[in-house]
Amino acid sequence: MIFRHRKRYIPITPKEAPDIKKDLWQKCPDCNKLIYEGKLKENFKICPHCGYHFRLTTKEWINLIVEPGTFEELDANIVSVDPLEFKGPKTYKEKLEEERKRTGLNEALVYGRAMIGKTPSVLSILDSNFIMGSMGSVVGEKFVRACELAMVEKKPIVSICGGGGGARMYEGLISLMQMVKTSQVVGKLKKTKTLYISVLTDPTMGGVAASFAFLADILIAEPKALIGFAGPRVIEQTIKQKLPHGFQRSEFLYQHGMLDQVVPRSNLKQTLTKILTIFAPSQ
Amino acid sequence: MSEMQRKYLDFEKPLEEIEKNISELREIKKRKNVDNQLQITQLQQLFREKTKEIYANLTAWQKVQVARHPQRPRTSDYIDGLIEQFYEFHGDRIHGDDPAIIAGIGKFRSKSVAIIGHQKGKDTEENIKRNFGMAHPEGYRKALRIMKIAEKFSFPVVTLVDTPGAHPHIEAEERNQALAIASNIYQMSEIQTPIIVIIIGEGGSGGALGIGVGDKIAMLEFSIYSVISPEGCASILWKDQKAVKEASEALKLTAPELLKLGLIDEIIKEPSGGAHSQSQEMIRTLGDYIEKNIAELSSIEINALLEKRYEKYRNMGFYKIENQEIL
Ligand SMILES: [Zn+2]
Repeated sequence: MIFRHRKRYIPITPKEAPDIKKDLWQKCPDCNKLIYEGKLKENFKICPHCGYHFRLTTKEWINLIVEPGTFEELDANIVSVDPLEFKGPKTYKEKLEEERKRTGLNEALVYGRAMIGKTPSVLSILDSNFIMGSMGSVVGEKFVRACELAMVEKKPIVSICGGGGGARMYEGLISLMQMVKTSQVVGKLKKTKTLYISVLTDPTMGGVAASFAFLADILIAEPKALIGFAGPRVIEQTIKQKLPHGFQRSEFLYQHGMLDQVVPRSNLKQTLTKILTIFAPSQ
Repeated sequence: MSEMQRKYLDFEKPLEEIEKNISELREIKKRKNVDNQLQITQLQQLFREKTKEIYANLTAWQKVQVARHPQRPRTSDYIDGLIEQFYEFHGDRIHGDDPAIIAGIGKFRSKSVAIIGHQKGKDTEENIKRNFGMAHPEGYRKALRIMKIAEKFSFPVVTLVDTPGAHPHIEAEERNQALAIASNIYQMSEIQTPIIVIIIGEGGSGGALGIGVGDKIAMLEFSIYSVISPEGCASILWKDQKAVKEASEALKLTAPELLKLGLIDEIIKEPSGGAHSQSQEMIRTLGDYIEKNIAELSSIEINALLEKRYEKYRNMGFYKIENQEIL
């Protein structure tokens, strides 16, 4: 096995996104009701009316499940290039620049060492806010490095996954190959007895779902998250009908035996801690 | 020129004209017993030259059309032409059999092989039966089942990729299309027997990759392989389904471009007017490619082969490291 770790310890500093909405009210995308922003923040960003879990940022995820001050980001400086010299209405470079400014992130995936409960772990977060959490070369590379780190340090890997964009169009087939790259490492996790927990968040679709996101030992999803392979609009065009309410949502997947558990955000840290404890080597 | 009624694509119109003229001359020759053979021969020569000229300068979008040509040889044609005593397997042992994927074993030039491919129809009726080569989870699971059998007996696996994509449907989602594809990708990276993947027509995204991981990845000269269809890309990025030409260029989905990016290993040459113009020649060429590569891969010790397979994908990706301190 070859590990390509060039160890660099870069503390996470997701810059505060400059254009944070100043609106005091937010509209729930699921039930369309208005929610006072302060109320939303108090409640783990869960809609008090319908229980929809608003999408979190990378920083919010870290705050939610990692012991304070223990997250140590790695490889933050791996950034995308434009291998296809993509010529669209917007170039890839323009799109990247825009997303960086908007999210304060370098790329869609952030990973590093983290204490979750009492277990030193490797945490990987795919942020659906950055080009829809789509997977290009950097996401693929960083996820594999996260797994390699977990194997070297004999720690479990927890992946929070919001990969709504699937494989990233701007990198063409290179993105599709990231599905292989991130899936095949799962075999190494198995051989090294490295626990892999995947938490699917809204939305996780296409090439992300059909690769590393679904290949974990334990699959957990947030309530009402959109998860699946084909996008709902594509399916609607194919069947020429409206899809039933709740289709491709976590609860639907759970009913069809595709998930171990649907865990509300308020219980996520507790649930992860419990699982990690069970798998931790006995003292 | 083939005997069957050839369907001409828009940019092949000049060829259609010439062919029309040739058949008219033949008709006259037969009816009036005129000796116009010289004219016919000249036109045939012109047909060949024009074919070469057109096919030497295809745009990305034109290649998409060639890759989707209704008369392009299908998986079943390659099986018929190359595999003796083909035995087809059916079903995933769980839910059903998926006609969009053909999977079986047989003798290829005296060696036992497993061969698996998406099957598009040759006509409307077969297309409906085959679901236009768009597989359900059962198809991927059947494919994996046959690969496991091949592994057990150390038969090399050949997969032929030709699909617009995995089937986008309620039922496919209910039976976990995402996991069916993910499992195949993961397991193919570990199957302990050589795997040769050939894109024979349309390599449509995850649906293609579900049988597309291997030691050698080849593409027919005018096939395409893409993360998304040009139509899908056009409607998402250009907000205009008609921007397919621009999207096809931007996606770099042609064989030469993908070879240059290091994502495929080899381009298999097509007859000068595309695989559909001379299917027998195409089938032979593809057979030769398979023969050569089975020989090459079979000579590599299996653990070394698997390590090589892993490294190949491990190294795919383009990125840079910003502000790297020189240590
Ligand atoms: Zn709501």
